Amino acid sequence: MKPILAIEHLSIDFIQYERGLRRRVLPVIRDLSLTVEAGQVAAVVGASGSGKSLLAHAILDILPYNSRRKGKILYDGEELTPERAEKLRGKEIALVPQGVTYLDPLMKVGAQLRRGRRDGETRRKYRDALVRYGLDERTEGLYSFELSGGMARRVLIASAVAENPRLIIADEPTPGLDAQAAARILAHFRELAEGGAGVLFITHDLEIALEIADRVAVFYAGETIEEAAAGDFASEELLRHPFTKALWNAMPQHGFRPITGAQPYPGEMKEGCPFARQCANCTDECRAGQIGLRTFRGGLVRCLHPRKEEA
Amino acid sequence: MLEAREVTFYYRGRKKAPVLENVSLTIAPGERVGLKGPSGRGKTTLCRLLAGYERPKAGEVLLDGKAVTSFRGVCPVQMIWQHSETVVDPLLPLGKTLEEAGPVEPRILRALHIEEGWLTRYPAELSGGELQRFCLARALHPSVRYLLCDEISAMLDLVTQAQIWDFLLEEAKNRSLGLLIVSHSDQLLKKLCTRMAEL
Repeated sequence: MKPILAIEHLSIDFIQYERGLRRRVLPVIRDLSLTVEAGQVAAVVGASGSGKSLLAHAILDILPYNSRRKGKILYDGEELTPERAEKLRGKEIALVPQGVTYLDPLMKVGAQLRRGRRDGETRRKYRDALVRYGLDERTEGLYSFELSGGMARRVLIASAVAENPRLIIADEPTPGLDAQAAARILAHFRELAEGGAGVLFITHDLEIALEIADRVAVFYAGETIEEAAAGDFASEELLRHPFTKALWNAMPQHGFRPITGAQPYPGEMKEGCPFARQCANCTDECRAGQIGLRTFRGGLVRCLHPRKEEA
Repeated sequence: MLEAREVTFYYRGRKKAPVLENVSLTIAPGERVGLKGPSGRGKTTLCRLLAGYERPKAGEVLLDGKAVTSFRGVCPVQMIWQHSETVVDPLLPLGKTLEEAGPVEPRILRALHIEEGWLTRYPAELSGGELQRFCLARALHPSVRYLLCDEISAMLDLVTQAQIWDFLLEEAKNRSLGLLIVSHSDQLLKKLCTRMAEL
């Protein structure tokens, strides 16, 4: 099947001014590839600062003015140009933004959901969407500062899915929600996927990702380092990249063992593997040149020695 | 012993719908008590009462038999918050923030992997996990005996979460700190706690 969204070798740079007029280019995402198939939930998992939200903004073409995008984004087999992105976003492509700050503070919830339309059908559609997430009619008459964190998040989700989009990009939709509310939202994403939409689920929480996703892409320092089926996370041996294994081992139910260090900052990245500083099996080879993404045991991995790390 | 005795609390103008009603909870030194419950049930409010930020409308919060609000200097009960970026001064370099409660032992900085270079940076330049390390270091003044951890790792990735708890459990053991751990994750609570409480 043709994927609904294919991202090929995406990279994003930011142009910053240091002192005075001296400019520098800060690479934040380097060589990122990802596909989302219709009828599937694809999760993107990574630490904060690994470029997850930027990916969402890149797809919708709402990156800040001082950024530069390279690489290809294909939607429905055709290149997603800025003009096309502008036409499709909010309709076929919907974003569930990360922060509660994405709501307009000067507009009541109902009015901003309907975006100026006042006909009965639109009213009913959005009311149904709110009810579906356990919010009643009174919510429509509230301003965003009157909502609790969990309510605001549900409003954002209702706003995104009411138009029946074909591609949903959910950027950290679950923090601040209790297990029950989170489960209801995950179930609904699943339902939308069953109905033929593609869902890109961005999160830092591997446990939630595994609950819902068919495929999981792991980000580290702006690169995809592994793409695996969710089933591969059943056991450590099925995983490929040492960082994915480290994530697995850090789960409370699997030993809760941390590795030391943190991912490098954009700009302080050197040649070679970005994980080198934290990797127990790093060799001289790993420190030179760009390491490509390759197929390994039915998934993708960006590592020279995907087998050796058990030692 | 840190205890909340039959505390009731409501926010101003909400007397009819109290957040907490006759809630009791005790934490002994060296104990790790897990607290869970749906959102909006008053978990954070209970932490604020235990830390002495708010006074209960009825009932009392006692630390070794004395009201927790009567302590002067560094309060032996400290709270660590979910959103670390909201509890550091955005206009201070982090080295200054770190020393708000007095100098921090270098041992703690090393154990938390706080790098020298971060001390001159501002909060907006660091990630949530890195800021949370500063908040932990700041809360671990030698006179602190109880820590209230309100979803402190919910915003962090698994590796950072494990790093932070690894350190905190070790520290709690050595100093026999009493911990109250608020979380939505059953797996995490199962791993961390010696006892569970529910709201």
